[in-house]
Amino acid sequence: MHRIVLTTLFLCATPLAAQEDLLSQLGEEDTIHGYTTASFKTTRVINGHSLENTAHGVLDFRISHRFGFVNGGINEFFGLDGATVRLGLDYGVTDRLMIGIGRSSFQKTVDGFTKYKILRQCDEGCTMPITLAVLATSSITTLQQKDLPWFDPTRTDYFTHRLTYTFQVILGRKFSERLTLQLNPGVVHRNLVGRNEEANDVIHISGAGRFKLTKRVALNAEYFYVLPDQIDTRFHNSFSLGFDIETGGHVFQLHFTNSTGMFERAFITETEGDWGNGDIRYGFNISRVFTVHKPKRKKQI
Amino acid sequence: MRIAFVTELFNPMLKLKILSLAVVMLPSTLCGQQRFSTRNGTITFFSETPVENIEGTNHKVTSVFDATSGAMEFAALIKAFEFEKALMQEHFNENYMESNAYPKAIFKGKLTGLGEDEVAKPGTYEVTVTGDLTIHGVTKPITAPGTVVIDAGGVLKASSEFMIEPEDHGIKIPGVVRKNIAQKVKVTVQLDYNKM
Repeated sequence: MHRIVLTTLFLCATPLAAQEDLLSQLGEEDTIHGYTTASFKTTRVINGHSLENTAHGVLDFRISHRFGFVNGGINEFFGLDGATVRLGLDYGVTDRLMIGIGRSSFQKTVDGFTKYKILRQCDEGCTMPITLAVLATSSITTLQQKDLPWFDPTRTDYFTHRLTYTFQVILGRKFSERLTLQLNPGVVHRNLVGRNEEANDVIHISGAGRFKLTKRVALNAEYFYVLPDQIDTRFHNSFSLGFDIETGGHVFQLHFTNSTGMFERAFITETEGDWGNGDIRYGFNISRVFTVHKPKRKKQI
Repeated sequence: MRIAFVTELFNPMLKLKILSLAVVMLPSTLCGQQRFSTRNGTITFFSETPVENIEGTNHKVTSVFDATSGAMEFAALIKAFEFEKALMQEHFNENYMESNAYPKAIFKGKLTGLGEDEVAKPGTYEVTVTGDLTIHGVTKPITAPGTVVIDAGGVLKASSEFMIEPEDHGIKIPGVVRKNIAQKVKVTVQLDYNKM
């Protein structure tokens, strides 16, 4: 009889270990489907697009300046006397699709683009090692006919001469909390070029990356390599180096670059500055985001 | 016949058989194991300042409550907190909570005011929860009042509200945005337990 009672008590006795960790009885929480976020602090590296999109329902107001060459000396106040500006608005239509428009003072160009994320990097709850996006931009020069750089009174000038298009594939990966790298191969299509020797379709590839220095400051670099024999020899490949500083709703991008223009045709195919010659400009981008539409956040599985 | 039956009752072998049957068939009642759990608890935190309000909600909180010992634990994955603004969620994880380094917020403690006898009876009970709360890798003791409503179906609906200070848990807030985040953040916990 006593043996039965003792056995029962033994079966009932809660092992001391279980008291210490009740939650382990339940097992692990369901992992959430977490797409990688914050590979770059904003949607541009410096001039070129990053693999990040503006989030669904978010409007991003961007002001960008590029000043004159630093080697202009004190007379030009190290380039700050001459500035070109771009004002832009980007909008996240969905988490994968963003659109944007902008206007640059450089050749009074209006540009518009759409960027779509085909693949999103995912390291938690799913497996996708890279982010893959496609970008399509177009730009139109709105200068008056007589001010157009190619204007020739003896030749018919078509409206389509003012248009250029750029298509890029953006392929990138956030390797760690600190390091993100991406490649943008693409083609700039120019309806009108100066001479026969110049290509209407300029094939290029860019490499860009960021290294996060602190929680809010990152170092960015990008280089656009244009394949040889496509553009005039007076133009150079665009190289830019800068810092991203993020404060709450703003991202300040402060950098040095050799390119004047802030839209694809300008900085990829028409960069006059040469780093070797000291033709470096100081510039900045400021991004301010506003949440205009609060989508019902999908329940992550 | 009747006499034989009565003497059977006094037979120790029969008692042994009945007791063995009881032990096998009703283990939980005999042992007194009263464990309750949930995988869908809700925790909301709310920071209110004149500059802006910040609110995040987690609908996937896991928790276990042992009515026999009074032990209670819950865990919340930081990345499961949802916000109205995407950028707010990104900054919460990247800059403040550093959720890649500290993926969960965990509480381990005791709930007093609800013993294993009360657990079987529907009603409303005022309880006190005491224990250690670990957020961002920093553990701090905490005591909070709570209410448990036991409904007719045996579900324990536990709720509690308390204040925590982000700086107590090593969460660094830079001077630029100090006024955007309250010194004391209100946390609301709602856990509906079912018998495990």
